Amino acid sequence: MSRVVTLKINDQDVSGREDETILELARENGIFVPTLCHLEGLSDIGACRLCLIEIKGVPKLMPACVVRAQEGMEVYTESERLKKYRRMVIELLFVEGNHVCSVCVSNGHCELQYLAQKLGVDHIRLEYRSPKREVDASHERFVLDHNRCILCTRCVRVCGEVEGAHTWDLLGRGIQSRVITDLNQPWGDAESCTSCGKCVQVCPTGALTAKGKAVGEMTKHQGFLTTLALMRENDR
Amino acid sequence: MIAEELPKIAAQEQEDQLQFKHHIFVCSGTACVSAHSDQIQAALEKDIEERGLGHVCSITGGGCRGLCASGPMVSVEPQGILYQGVKVEDSAEILDSLNSQPVKRLECSTEAPFFSRQKKIVLEYAGKLDPERIEAYIAAGGYTALLKVLTEMTPQQVIEQITRSGLRGRGGAGYPTGLKWSTVAKAQGEHKYVICNGDEGDPGAFMDRSVMEDYPFKILEGMTIAAYAVGADQGYVYVRAEYPLAVKRLKAAIRQAQKNNLLGNNIGGTTFNFQIDVRLGAGAFVCGEETALIASIEGKRGTPRPRPPYPAEHGLWGCPTLINNVESYANITPIIRNGTDWYTAIGTEKSKGTKVFSLTGTINNTGLIEVPMGISLREIIFDIGGGIPNGKHFKAVQTGGPSGGCIPEQYLDISVDYDSLLHLGTYMGSGGMIVMDETSCMVDVARYFMEFCMSESCGKCVPCRVGTAQMYDLLNKITKGEASLDDLAMLEELAEMVKSTSLCGLGQGAPTPVQSTLRYFRDEYLAHIVDKVCPAGVCKIYHHAEVFS
Repeated sequence: MSRVVTLKINDQDVSGREDETILELARENGIFVPTLCHLEGLSDIGACRLCLIEIKGVPKLMPACVVRAQEGMEVYTESERLKKYRRMVIELLFVEGNHVCSVCVSNGHCELQYLAQKLGVDHIRLEYRSPKREVDASHERFVLDHNRCILCTRCVRVCGEVEGAHTWDLLGRGIQSRVITDLNQPWGDAESCTSCGKCVQVCPTGALTAKGKAVGEMTKHQGFLTTLALMRENDR
Repeated sequence: MIAEELPKIAAQEQEDQLQFKHHIFVCSGTACVSAHSDQIQAALEKDIEERGLGHVCSITGGGCRGLCASGPMVSVEPQGILYQGVKVEDSAEILDSLNSQPVKRLECSTEAPFFSRQKKIVLEYAGKLDPERIEAYIAAGGYTALLKVLTEMTPQQVIEQITRSGLRGRGGAGYPTGLKWSTVAKAQGEHKYVICNGDEGDPGAFMDRSVMEDYPFKILEGMTIAAYAVGADQGYVYVRAEYPLAVKRLKAAIRQAQKNNLLGNNIGGTTFNFQIDVRLGAGAFVCGEETALIASIEGKRGTPRPRPPYPAEHGLWGCPTLINNVESYANITPIIRNGTDWYTAIGTEKSKGTKVFSLTGTINNTGLIEVPMGISLREIIFDIGGGIPNGKHFKAVQTGGPSGGCIPEQYLDISVDYDSLLHLGTYMGSGGMIVMDETSCMVDVARYFMEFCMSESCGKCVPCRVGTAQMYDLLNKITKGEASLDDLAMLEELAEMVKSTSLCGLGQGAPTPVQSTLRYFRDEYLAHIVDKVCPAGVCKIYHHAEVFS
């Protein structure tokens, strides 16, 4: 059994178990910490850097999604510096792809759009990269639009960890990275795909969507993940 | 083999070598081989045979002598003659002179500052050792440290000795090696692993390559001692595939060590078992980062993960893992053999021992050097390195690769150790040292390193993936004379953000070349932006009048 500890988040006393992350504790106590790559029910990779926090006595910023609670820890989630960095992460994501909300099926239901509004990103100061990216509509029910992909790898993880198909993976590195299905085949030809649609539901943006939706019509349902995780835990 | 057999092998080998009046060593390091030292060795071998000198003169490939700029190097022992710039047709002349005066034309003085100012611990055999035969290594005192450790010391004592020596990680960050060992030793786990990080990827760095090529047995011995100290039963040497000679030598060394019972089960007749395998990198710079390296060995995509948990606790296959750099392991056997008092007498208070550097760029003596910590940059560049060629003026020296910075002339007298370099806004790094003269444009240098980081970023975290690309674009804009002062402010803001928020050392270090050149050469940036000129004449800036005239 894990020990129970008390710690401070933004000078507020909170209690938690040693196996709980700062992100879990913050959310439990109504403290908002933005995330994009994190999704409850999937493994945490600390990649989007939105949930970075300051810990007293630790020189580096740490991702709240992977840092576990420790007795006496003093955590700060809302410093001006952190807010600035978070806005820059959003800015970098906007210039990296081609995000045009007005023509996106996920308009109004997009996590990137929501965070931009919430964190006060009202304009972009960096130059847009405007990359030339493709759309894969070869699957009979779903569409992959690389223009809107932010490489959070939720699709990769849900497919490997929950569905067990491992259809999705990454190709290339750095700014050239992109998600692929099977051995970089069109999604429609990917034999390992079970067409379960979990990847579509967990995608935070309009990169993975169901066919036949008009602008703003694509809503996603992620409740199944926590239910599945809970059921599997009970089975053990 | 048991402990008593080792001196016998050494004695036999020494006796065999005494039969020869002359030993010719032809450098078989990558730099000399690329200058056809292999053909020179073949020519010498042929001539020796034709002249019937086979019984008085032995010829073998030896390790790097360090002075790569003057290669190929050939040495004649025990007379201590060193020849430089040898060509295939010089073979006869060298053999003619064996019993008379050395060939004046080719002679390279071993008393020059390049040799006399160095202190060799890692490169202690200084090239006069056949890297392909375990007997030669044993005759030179090899494996006595391992057998001493296995038969006379407890793991705890080994760790204590390494801790007291003050050895710090030679991969760049300078983490205390003894502390790392004791953490892994204390970690709980059924299996433990020892990994040697040979994924040297910094542009202009070739120290680890040389050490692996020339002294493979020394690395294996150091790793085996480490495994005994922390309680590991399996080791991996992770080498980048771009080092085929190092891979070949390491594999051959592992086979010979196994055959002599110095690797495998019941090493040296004791109950200690340890196995080493070689794993190849697939060309990603980021795999030099320890968590990415571990993922790569596991067969996964080589991307880093957040730490903690550190590999010492949760490493390869989830087991406690000790991961050290090539040069760190190469320091282990001398420390065990000669004791900590000997080792701590070398270097500065907080940085003990020596450091191997590869000197490159605009410098006379490009090559591999080993110097005591605390030596000044001026001594390295002007005494050992022989200064700047063609009467040009020194401008800056870049240390620490793409995560390091540039040091300008006014700090040339600073002591070279972990803490002083950090204070100057750069860091020790694995040991690449790129010297630049007045013909280098510092903005262009920053742009080069940023391009490197951008193309080597794994793409996992946002600041490194997109931030390095944006910074590269801004630097490109500056070098083209198209940038504004707002762009410069944005570059600085991005640099600060990428440094603070990136997941691993690659991203955290990527802005250092920019920040460091901005710190010391801001006027050059302003010249590109405000005056639209490149003071060094490197960047091509086209003016409106030129384009439309």
